Formats: sequence, C-alpha cells, structure tokens
Amino acid sequence: MMISRAERMLNYLLLSVFALFALYPLLSIVSAALAPPGQLPALLPTDLTWGNFAEAWDLGRFGTYLRTSIVVSTSVVVLATVFSVMAGYAFGTMHFRGSAVLFYVLLLGIMVPTEAIVVPLFFDLRDLGLTNTLLALVLPQTAQSVAFGTFWMRAYFRSSSRAMVEAARIDGAGHWRTLWSVLLPIGRPAMVTMIVLIFMWTWNEFLIPLVMVTDESLRTAPLGLAFFQGQYTADFGLLAAGAAIVATPVVVVYLFLQRHFIRGMVEGAVKE
Amino acid sequence: MAYLYILPAYLVFALFLLIPLGRAVVLSLYDWNGLTVAEWVGLDNYRQVVADAGLRAAFGHAAVLILFYAVLPVVVALALVATMTRARLRGLGFYRTVLFVPQVIAMVVVAVAWRQIYAPDGPLNQVLRAIGLDGLARAWLGDFTFALPAVGFIGTWVQMGLCIVLFLAGVSKIPRELYEAARLDGAGPIREFVTVVLPALRNEISVALTLTVIAALRNFDLVYVTTAGGPGTSTTVPSYEVYRRAFEIGQVGSAAAVAITLTLMIFVLTFGITRIAERGS
Repeated sequence: MMISRAERMLNYLLLSVFALFALYPLLSIVSAALAPPGQLPALLPTDLTWGNFAEAWDLGRFGTYLRTSIVVSTSVVVLATVFSVMAGYAFGTMHFRGSAVLFYVLLLGIMVPTEAIVVPLFFDLRDLGLTNTLLALVLPQTAQSVAFGTFWMRAYFRSSSRAMVEAARIDGAGHWRTLWSVLLPIGRPAMVTMIVLIFMWTWNEFLIPLVMVTDESLRTAPLGLAFFQGQYTADFGLLAAGAAIVATPVVVVYLFLQRHFIRGMVEGAVKE
Repeated sequence: MAYLYILPAYLVFALFLLIPLGRAVVLSLYDWNGLTVAEWVGLDNYRQVVADAGLRAAFGHAAVLILFYAVLPVVVALALVATMTRARLRGLGFYRTVLFVPQVIAMVVVAVAWRQIYAPDGPLNQVLRAIGLDGLARAWLGDFTFALPAVGFIGTWVQMGLCIVLFLAGVSKIPRELYEAARLDGAGPIREFVTVVLPALRNEISVALTLTVIAALRNFDLVYVTTAGGPGTSTTVPSYEVYRRAFEIGQVGSAAAVAITLTLMIFVLTFGITRIAERGS
C-alpha cells in the first residue's frame, strides 16, 4: 500500500509534535540547570555552566541523598532478585500443595498500593524502634518488588524449555544447579527487565521515605529534592540542577536498556 | 522442597505487605490518633468516606483525574495512531524512546518542572501574554478552578507517550490484508478505524487503561509536591488524604479506611477493565 510523500511527512510532523511535548518539561529543567546561576532560564542557554550543579550539590546535600538512594536501591534489587528467582522457579516448575492460592495472593499483592500499607507499617515499625533506619526503607519495598518479581520470573520459568530442565535433572543436576547454571544464563533478558524495573521503582519511590525517615542523612534523592524545593523556591536554576541530579541515574539506565523498561511495564500490567 | 524456595520471598512479602494490609483493615475499624488508646467504631470510618463532604470531594477529584490520566491520553493516542495506520514509518525507535521517557522520571522531578511551567511568570503565562490572551494568564496551581485540571494535565503528559507507544506497537501487528479488505468493502477512514483498528487494539487499550487508571489513583507524590491538596481542598485526592489524616491531623483510623477503599477501587477497576476487554474478544 503506497502512501503519498505528503502523508508520510504529516505523520512524522505529528509524531514530532508529541515528542516535543514529551521533551519540553525535561529540556526546561536541563537548560535552566545549565544556565549561569541567577540568570533567567532560556530554552537554549548560550553559555553553559556547571555553577548551579555545584551550588545545589553543596546546599542541597545531594551527595548524601544519592548515597542513601544507591544503598537502598541496591539492597532492594539484590534481595528482591534472589528471592524472586527462587520463588519464581518453584512456582513455575514444581507442583506443590497450595501453590495456586499462594500465587494468587501474591498477584493481589502486586496491586496493593503503597498508601494502604504505609500507615500500619509506620506505627508498627515505630513501636519496634525501626523507623529512621535503612531497614524501614528497604524491607517494605523488597516485599512489593518480590510480588512483582516472582510473578515475572514464574512466567519466564514456565515458558522456558521443559526439556532443558528435564535434561539437566537427568544429568544429575539438583534443582539448585538446574536453576542457577542452566536456566538463569539463558534467562538473562527476563532478569534484566525485572532488575531495571525494580531499580526504577525503588529509586523513584517517594511515600515510603517520606513517612519512614526524619533523619536527614537517610533521605533518598527524590525526598531530598522535595525538601530542597521547599527551601529554594525562588532560584529555579538551583532547583533544576537538583532535579537533574535526581533524575539522571534512571534516565541513563533507560537510555541503554529502554526496550526492557517498555516491555516490562507493558507486559507486567497483563496479569494472566 | 518447593516451600524452601518460596520461603524467603513469602516471608518478606507476608511480613511487610500482607500483615500491614491486614493491620490497615483492623485500624480502619478504630478511632485512633496514633498515640492514645484506640476506640472501636465499627464501620464508622467507612460511613465517613461516603458521608463526609471533604472525603467525597477527594474521591470526586480522583474521578476527574482519571479523565486526565486515562481517558484523554487514550483517546488522543488512538486518534493519532488512526492517522498513521497506512504508513510503515522508519525511525520509530527514536520516537518511542522520547515518547516513553516521562514514565521513568521520578514524580518529584516532574512536579518541579511543571511547577515552573505553571508559575505566575512561567513559560505558559508568557506564551498566553505574548499571544494577547492576558486574561487567561494566572497562577495555575493556586487557582481554585484551574488547579485540579492543571495537576491532571501533568498526568496527561506522563501517560500520553505510554499510550502512543503501546498503540503504535499494536497497529504494526495488524495484517495489511485487513485494511485492503475493508477498503474493498468501501469503508472510509472512520469505518476502517471502527472495524479494523479498534478491535485489533483491544488488548493494548485494556493495558493502557489499567496502567493509567491506577496511576491516576496513586498520585500522592505529584499532589504532595505541586499543590499539597490546595488551594483550600481543591486538589486533595484519596492517596493524599491517607497521608494527611494519618500523619498530619491524627485520624489514623479514617486514613486506613480511605486507604482500604482506595485499594478496593484499584482491584475492582483492574478486574473490570480486564473483564470488559476479555468479553469483547
């Protein structure tokens, strides 16, 4: 089916309009951050400086916030990945009593919003003296991630070749070795997708850090930015630099692994 | 054996998600300020969700936000994709990357960007004044009438690209013969859209609605950073009320009841959307 040149150009034009719409707010952040300190942001600043970044870094203590975010994200990703792979393997390849019920409860868990668990979690962890600790940031988010991760890895293990599992078992490999040295190496794409999603969700999470920690050194990057905004509303260049610092790690991972982000978010929504 | 494999995952899942969820149900049956002894009130907190004008308004705002987060992006993206069904365009990868990027940006960062766009001397008002529409220029997020649509439109921005990317992928899977058959039957662009494109995209539309409706109901961070529910209570939403009641005004039971109601709404809407999509196929 041929379409005219004009129609093709119109299609590109329409897509470009929407692409610009998607980019404009982000470009306005980048350009304001790179403009000379104190200057009004132009969309394309003529001379770029890093002054806002240096000042925001010092004033906003973004170094501390990034360190907390890195520790929390890494812990959640590592714990949730190991736990999800193990549980997903069991749900995907083994038959055991109660597996259907246990799995459906897990599926419901994916849909439970943070708002529903954060209130009792705060008061119960407070009674245990666990608020204002890294554990209060890591464990609830690991629980949410494990629900999604188990669902995700189970789907992979179910679709992976039954013959390979059986061949490995006949060769005398136990479940543990079948899992780690036979199935996981070929399941890397599924795992990468799960890991980048868990990383993004944990990095961007706002409500749990807001409720769980008051200690400034335990603020995650998005939480630090929210407080920074409260203090420096007047200087947008400074605020934009802080915002760019907070967004950059996820954006960088996204640029390299965007297919995993898109596939995961889309397929993750489709509960079987 | 299998139980050993699921033990670590289930332990952390039960301790930090299931039990808190159950505790939220229990808390929702009490009147508690977070400090003194809680008092059993049965379903009173849920009655409040229906009866209390403030809470009813919060759920009403959520409905408005669903229009902005879910309905508007899905409709616009469908209209856009409908104009592109006949073309096999190159370079879509670049557009996909750009259109999807709002999905991966922390909401706090999104809020910072849009607060500036909506600011009294921000770009939006500058454009309005430049084209002679000075009367429309205002402090968008501080305006009783326009703050809620302004917050909603940020949601439109976040979700628009997701819908376009989803629908473009769906459309590219439609066999060309279907269009040609429709053409032969004398179908114009609109009938072609209704008889060929819409049915083929049923799955994608269902996924898009599920993701965007849930995002509309779980927008605590955006509301907290852009308006904190204000001006007055004009942009307060259920997820913000959970936080405000539990941690600012000491109505923990009421907060839990709102949270459980919100959870049930998410369950019902998710199942409902999937069910409708399945029945149609």
